[in-house]
Amino acid sequence: MSEAQIKSLEKQFDERIARDEKIEPKDWMPEKYRKTHIRQMSQHAHSEIVGMLPEGNWITRAPSLRRKVALLAKVQDEAGHGLYLYSATETLGISREEMYEQLHTGKAKYSSIFNYPTITWADMGAIGWLVDGAAIINQVPLCNTSYGPYARAMIRVCKEESFHQRQGFEIMMKLANGTPEQKEMAQDALNRWWWPSLMMLGPTDDVSVHTEQSMKWKLKRKSNDDLRQQFIDQTVPQAELIGLTIPDPDLKWNEEKGMYDFGEINWDEFWQVVKGHGPMNKERMKARVGAWEEGTWVRDAAMAYAEKKRNRKEKRVV
Amino acid sequence: MSDKKNWPLWEVFVRSKNGLEHRHCGSLHAADEDMALENARDVYTRRSEGVSIWVVESKHITASNPEHNGELFDPAHDKVYRHPTFYDLPDEVKHM
Repeated sequence: MSEAQIKSLEKQFDERIARDEKIEPKDWMPEKYRKTHIRQMSQHAHSEIVGMLPEGNWITRAPSLRRKVALLAKVQDEAGHGLYLYSATETLGISREEMYEQLHTGKAKYSSIFNYPTITWADMGAIGWLVDGAAIINQVPLCNTSYGPYARAMIRVCKEESFHQRQGFEIMMKLANGTPEQKEMAQDALNRWWWPSLMMLGPTDDVSVHTEQSMKWKLKRKSNDDLRQQFIDQTVPQAELIGLTIPDPDLKWNEEKGMYDFGEINWDEFWQVVKGHGPMNKERMKARVGAWEEGTWVRDAAMAYAEKKRNRKEKRVV
Repeated sequence: MSDKKNWPLWEVFVRSKNGLEHRHCGSLHAADEDMALENARDVYTRRSEGVSIWVVESKHITASNPEHNGELFDPAHDKVYRHPTFYDLPDEVKHM
C-alpha cells in the first residue's frame, strides 16, 4: 500500500471513530491503534491478574464466613476480568502466551498499586473502597471506547465491580465503628492506601504522554487530573461519614470551585514503584511466575488427556 | 515453557433464558470441549447469566471479510420492495 493510500485509510478510520462507530477485530486499523490497544488492554488484564495476589493473602484469614465468601468471590471476579480482557486483546493478533511472556519478563507493566503490601485485614477494606473505587472511575468511560471487544469486556467488568467497592466500604465502616483498636486499624489502612490510590489515576496531565492520541481514539474520555478530582470529591464525604480522616493536611473544600483542594502527590515514589522498586514488586512477580511454572505439568497433562480421548473416539468410529 | 502444545482458543455462546437465542459473549482457552464448557461456566456465568452454553473451537469459525462488505451487503440497500412500507394501500384498509 502506498503512503497516500494509508493516509486516506487513516483519515476514514478517524472519521469513523469521530462518528462513534465501533472498530471490530477484522476491520482495517492503523498499526499504532493496534499497538496502543494491545499495550493498554494487556496491561489492564495483567493488573486484574496480579491484583488477585494482595487479596488472596487474606482469604484464609478472613474474620468470618460472610467476609470470606465475599472476598473469595471478589478475587474470582478479578480472575474473570483478567480473562475477559486477555481474550479481547487476543482479537488484535497477539497470543495469550506472548502476553504472559511480556508480563513475566517485566516488559509489560501492571498497575503499581499492587506493589504495596496488605499487612492487616483493614487493607481488604481499603482496597475495595479506594483501589476498586479509583478503578471504577477509570473504567466507566471505557465502556464507550472505540474498540468493540474492549468496550464489551468493560461493560461486563463495570457491572461486576460495584459489589467490590461496597464490600470494601462495609469492612471499613464496621472497623471504624468497632473497638478503638479496630478503628485505629481502619485509619492506618486509609493512611497507607490513600496516596497510592490517587497515583493510580496516572501522572498529571502536563506530563502524561499518551493522553491526546488516546482521547481521539476514545481510549480515554477524561484526563488523569479530572479523574483524580472526581475520585477525591466523591471519597472525602464517604470517609467523613464513617469518622475516618483523609491523611492530607492540605485537603480542604474550595467553595468557589465547588471541589476539594488537595496536597502535593509524591511522584518520586510513584516512579520508583513503576520502575520496579516498590515494596512488593519482586514478591508479586515471583508469585505470578511461580504459579505459571508450577502449573506447567497440569496444562501439559490436560492436553495429553484431551488428545488421548480424541484418539479413542476416532478409533471407535473407524 | 514446556514443549507441549498450548490450549486452543474457544468461542463461548450463552443463552440467558429459554426463549432467547445463544449470544456470543467472549472466548477462552481450554484443552478440550468438556473443559471449555466448565471454564465457560466459571468465566461467563458467575451471576446466573445463562441456562445453556455452546462452545466451539475458534478455528472452526469462518468469518466474512469487512473489506468485502460492499459486494456482500450493498445489494440489499435498493430492494425497498422487501419492506411492507413500499406498498401503497388505501387508509380504509386497517391493520395489514
